[in-house]
Amino acid sequence: MTTRIVELRRGILKKNDELAAELRARYAAAGVLVLNLVSSPGTGKTAFLERTLKVLRERGVRVAALVGDLETDNDARRLAGSGAPVRQINTHGICHLDAEMISRHLDGWEGVTLAGLDYLFIENVGNLVCPSSYDLGEKIRVVLLSVTEGEDKPLKYPTLFNSADAAVITKMDIAEACGFDRALALKNINEIRPGIRIFETSAKTGAGMEEWLGYLAEARGGMY
Amino acid sequence: MHELSIVSSIVETVTETLAAYPAARVLEVRLRVGVLASVIPESLEFCWGIASEGTPLEGSRLVVNLLPVVVHCAACGQESELEGVQSFRCPRCGEPSSDMRQGRELEIDSIEIDDGEGKP
Repeated sequence: MTTRIVELRRGILKKNDELAAELRARYAAAGVLVLNLVSSPGTGKTAFLERTLKVLRERGVRVAALVGDLETDNDARRLAGSGAPVRQINTHGICHLDAEMISRHLDGWEGVTLAGLDYLFIENVGNLVCPSSYDLGEKIRVVLLSVTEGEDKPLKYPTLFNSADAAVITKMDIAEACGFDRALALKNINEIRPGIRIFETSAKTGAGMEEWLGYLAEARGGMY
Repeated sequence: MHELSIVSSIVETVTETLAAYPAARVLEVRLRVGVLASVIPESLEFCWGIASEGTPLEGSRLVVNLLPVVVHCAACGQESELEGVQSFRCPRCGEPSSDMRQGRELEIDSIEIDDGEGKP
């Protein structure tokens, strides 16, 4: 018997990473800004996205959304109310979206081409752990946190907060009733991801949405 | 909990590598896993037996080398390991840093095999 060491030095999620790199190149070629929205279940991703899509549509911006859930097309139906094209991805038990699922759902999406879009929003499966490992080729990863979840969420789930490019605090309209400690939440987000852009929003009242939309416009302007 | 799919991906990659060593048996698989990779070493080890069963990796050991976060500090120009993942600040000067140099790795480092060539 001869034992030997074989060096591999290979990324375990290499297939996903390679596919994500292909997607990133496709998005860039089409001139579409792609965002990946991640949070716990119940943070209000869908309500936030609904409002974002609606306002952008009204302003003549070309938007579409892919929405991931384990089962049901409830979120897609809700988001479609905005008038934007929306496609549901059912993962059937898988706790995250991956690049292959995105690629498969972009192909054969009736009436939608990447080149015909300004923004594509991807609403990930509600989960604060697994989505952080899977690159979807997005330009901006947005982590959402609601005022009802506790200010220490960034400390409990540092992986996702650390990998995000922007943070959105949702449900600010009920912050006071929840005893939300705003300063502490901002401090904790900044401990995990120093300097990250943070938006304090309410999908219900529209608070903070203009600042968020301004960020989107800025991000797209500086894209290519 | 996506450890089973991660482990299955490791088994697949190692099996592909073994094409170059047709008679080989795998003794050990060594991983490099950053503390911010979102995987739990114990869960990987737990899934290992199930995922490797009936493959050339059956009976092999999975060794996880856990890597701490390393940040580069723009203020003092140093790279330092962080003791935890609760605060992204330079341990030398206390300045916040988002410039991570290590901590998200999820890689197969190497494998140890018995190449089955039975040299005397």
